[in-house]
Amino acid sequence: MDDLSRLEDDITARIDAAADIRALEEVRVSALGKKGLVSERMKTLGRMTPEERKEAGPRLNSLKQRVGEKIGARKAVLETEALARQLEEEAVDVTLPVALPPRGRIHPVTRVFEEVEAIFAAMGFEVREGPDVEDDFHNFTALNFPEGHPAREMHDTFFFEPKDDGSRMLLRTHTSPVQVRTMLKEKPPIRIIAPGRTFRCDSDQTHTPMFHQVEGLVIDKNTNMGHLKGTLEAFLKAFFEVDEVKTRFRPHFFPFTEPSAEMDVGYARDGERIEIGTGGDWMEILGCGMVHPNVLTACGLDPEEYQGFAFGVGVDRLAMLKYGIPDLRDFFAADTRWIEHYGFKPGE
Amino acid sequence: MKFSLSWLKDHLRTDASLAEITDAMVRVGLEVEEVTDPAAALSPVTVGYVRSAEKHPDADKLQVCTVETRDGDQQIVCGAPNAREGIKVAYAPVGAYVPGIDTTLTKAKIRGVESFGMLCSAKELEVGEGHDGILELPETAEVGAPVAGILGADDPVIDFEVTPNRPDTNGVDGVACDLAAAGIGDLVTQAPEPVEGAFAQPVPVEIDDEEACPAFASRLIRGVRNGPSPQWLQARLRAIGLRPINALVDVTNFLSYDRARPLHAYDADKLTGTVRARLGAEGESFEALDGKTYEVDGTMCVIADDARVLGLGGVMGGEYSGCTEETTEVLIESALFDPLRTARTGRKTNITSDARYRFERGVDPASTLPGLELATRLILEACGGEPSEIALAGSVEKAPTVIAFPPSEVARLTGIEVAEDGMDRILTALGFGVERGETWSVTVPTSRPDVTIKADLVEEIARIVGLDQLPTATLPPLEAVPTRKVAPLIARQRAVRTALTGQGYLEAVTWAFTDEEAAKLFGGTDPGLKLSNPISSDLGVMRPTALPNLLLALARNRARGAEDVRLFEIGGAYESDAPDGQRSVAFGVAYGTAPRDWRGGQDTPDVFTAKRDVLLALEAAGAPTANLMTLTGGPDHYHPGRKGSLGLGPKKILARFGEIHPGVLKAMDVPGPVAAFEIFLDAIPSPKSKSRTKPALDASELMPLRRDFAFVLDDDVQAEALLKAIRGADKALIRDVRLFDLYSGEGVPEGQKSLAVEVVLQPKERTLTDKDIEGVSDRILTQAKKATGAVLRA
Repeated sequence: MDDLSRLEDDITARIDAAADIRALEEVRVSALGKKGLVSERMKTLGRMTPEERKEAGPRLNSLKQRVGEKIGARKAVLETEALARQLEEEAVDVTLPVALPPRGRIHPVTRVFEEVEAIFAAMGFEVREGPDVEDDFHNFTALNFPEGHPAREMHDTFFFEPKDDGSRMLLRTHTSPVQVRTMLKEKPPIRIIAPGRTFRCDSDQTHTPMFHQVEGLVIDKNTNMGHLKGTLEAFLKAFFEVDEVKTRFRPHFFPFTEPSAEMDVGYARDGERIEIGTGGDWMEILGCGMVHPNVLTACGLDPEEYQGFAFGVGVDRLAMLKYGIPDLRDFFAADTRWIEHYGFKPGE
Repeated sequence: MKFSLSWLKDHLRTDASLAEITDAMVRVGLEVEEVTDPAAALSPVTVGYVRSAEKHPDADKLQVCTVETRDGDQQIVCGAPNAREGIKVAYAPVGAYVPGIDTTLTKAKIRGVESFGMLCSAKELEVGEGHDGILELPETAEVGAPVAGILGADDPVIDFEVTPNRPDTNGVDGVACDLAAAGIGDLVTQAPEPVEGAFAQPVPVEIDDEEACPAFASRLIRGVRNGPSPQWLQARLRAIGLRPINALVDVTNFLSYDRARPLHAYDADKLTGTVRARLGAEGESFEALDGKTYEVDGTMCVIADDARVLGLGGVMGGEYSGCTEETTEVLIESALFDPLRTARTGRKTNITSDARYRFERGVDPASTLPGLELATRLILEACGGEPSEIALAGSVEKAPTVIAFPPSEVARLTGIEVAEDGMDRILTALGFGVERGETWSVTVPTSRPDVTIKADLVEEIARIVGLDQLPTATLPPLEAVPTRKVAPLIARQRAVRTALTGQGYLEAVTWAFTDEEAAKLFGGTDPGLKLSNPISSDLGVMRPTALPNLLLALARNRARGAEDVRLFEIGGAYESDAPDGQRSVAFGVAYGTAPRDWRGGQDTPDVFTAKRDVLLALEAAGAPTANLMTLTGGPDHYHPGRKGSLGLGPKKILARFGEIHPGVLKAMDVPGPVAAFEIFLDAIPSPKSKSRTKPALDASELMPLRRDFAFVLDDDVQAEALLKAIRGADKALIRDVRLFDLYSGEGVPEGQKSLAVEVVLQPKERTLTDKDIEGVSDRILTQAKKATGAVLRA
């Protein structure tokens, strides 16, 4: 074994013995560095005769290359080992819980408003709104409730203190004043819904002094009660997500429609659950009718030229029916447990 | 309005079943609310036969009876004096519910003797008042047969809702008329034969105000013997829950329900001089039949004689002149009273009566004289006596309403096709006079004041034809209307709702009203927004902001153990009673720390939480957040040192935020601290450009550079002033300015603070040289110093 072979063995042994990247680097410097053992040998080539060089040159170069490769190979091993150690150290208990950012909830009433608005938007209805604090004209007179008429007493109206001229403002008892405001401002064809808060001076198990309604109004030249029926049935199917819905129209009385009707919807009871659609029982769900000629006239429309229908539906009730919410009064209690349970995640 | 099936059959000849009748009522618009069948309630009670009755071994007044029953012979202990061998009795077995004593029977041991069931009295079965002993049934009654039929207590009672437009259905005859038109039998209501008077009506009756009382018909009957009314009449009244009083009173009550014709009976001996329908005078009062004394005034129509006010016309009679068992001369009043005045008087006095209910909805003038004739006949039958002629003050004539009716209206409004003969038949059956032609001439019966226009006739026809005949039609697509867009305000409400729920807020809906005292803590309520009839005193005014309601809700949630509460509401803030006095606002409150987490990082809501949440919401709502200014100050319900506003200028405030003033929390007994905000959704400007096109992306290929500066400046200088100055130092190059540290204390002079800022420079055309960067830094330092006096921290 000659000198170069011994040198190679020696270096190889040291490469294999290097326990980490730093030790390996030391070996590399001592072998291939500027003053390293291999480099020093390379420098001796200059002093050799061409014959000697011809023989020693390739040997030295191949030695240098082999040493470089061995160091590279060892480095790869060491790096793999180091990474493995690092990964092991970095391991965590992934079963530790992570806290989710708090998520809010949307109130069921809002949710139902949005659903109703979307369903009617698809049928060409736009949304109109009006103030909660109304005057007698918009809430009653223009809607064909004559002064002193007993129909006014059907509405337990909240009044404000009388003004100097004796008139008194009130809280709207229904969303119907928005019909009046819309007809006074816009020209037919009119196709709107008016969602909002409504108020009656009543408070018990099934009544709250504030509640929610959606009003619908269609005015043009040919709309009749058949369209009313078709529109409401389409709405109920979409809202309750059923293919069939059985309805029953009963003649009723509202001062602002003529003919007037209440609509019942078929339902079946399955324990506590109520299924709207085709069951054998009837449930009253909304009031509706053809807009009374006196209302059209009060709003500046000629009842000989224009006609149409209106309806009003209780939104809290829709929410209770669709989502199985038992008690109306809870809607207004702002109990966080209730909102978290019955409310909706944004986008849900 | 209630009536019994047999009562209906006085007016309607029909073989229809109860269910067919109630179904038809619903179909024609008489909404049946309840049907009660007394036979069902009495169904367990059957006929028994007392085989033997022996004295109880240990009780003098008790009998031990052996009763033959449906269930075999039963031993029953009975305390009634008339319990004896050989009679037929009403037997209620063990397990039966006895309505009169509200008890379900169980097997009992009475003084040591077992008793299986009960022998009942009329009162115990609620079929009469008699409590002298147990019911004795006819000998022919068969053991085991239900007693209901034998007692005549098998008459079902129908209760339905009378809508204000149908005064005619306040009488059973009106219901019968609707049902006959709907094909449920024939109307057999009898028009009364006039009774001939034996003498002139001797009591002078005059009308002073014909507007208040258009007609007053009267008749005196002398020599009456008042007492209990006949059994059939008592049964009618009892069936609908009225208490029989005496024949004279019962007859007037009966006709109120039978013919929707209110009447009044005066004891003529108590009358002095002329009976007069006039307006009341201040200072007058009278004691009404309900035992209460009422003040009357000049808006009310009173019936008075020369001595006193006898009653309120059409509302309630007086105690003094009322008929008693001693009455021998009776004056019957059949009058007309103005509906509006009657309604006002009723509201003012708060008297509810069958008469008021009918007169304020409208009583058929044509019923005035027939009603009086009917009353006369019934009184003569029940009490005997001799009638006078009828005296009529005023007039019962009323020009009938005639409507020009094109029969095509029915299809125009309802889409239902009805043959003209069918329409004619329906209108005629309902009492309308029909003259056909191209346009029909339809005369409205005076019992139907609600029918005034052709749409009313359409309703009459449609409801009798049945609304189940409605076609199902789809609204045609709209041609003239442009694409449906969500109104900007509604779009903003939705966006803000999504943003706030994303921040962990729960959406609440609270009352639009609030407590007046609480409202005062929040700027108070406009005087025009005070309710005169609040549901309760703590909900007496419209809320100037929903914050008090949300704070109270927060306190309730805290009291039941919630540790962190974040609530928001989108709704009205009421500033005035004008149509634009209602603002659309998003209100929020945040309290408490989120549950502890092993990684830490929960923050307790403070003014900056509120500011962040407001900014997020405003950004979601499309507000120009880049141009927003933070302004100091705000309403007094916020902490004076921890409140602010965000807006486009001092007059364009979009939101307020802060921590609720500790004094306010204390006054309302709400735990704190609470961060809160109010976002004025109606103040957010809509984007100027209608275009939905986004500007081209300006993304430089060049790397941005970051430079940090630590400034020292006076404590009272606002951070926003410094940031604004830095941003303005080079608008082209400076992309972002971030404040990352706020420090005061050691190393910073007293009265000063250090603000550390990272400035992000975005080169656009070429890489920045050291000189470029130096230039920007110099400008930043110069601007910062100029605007705020800030110097670089040493």
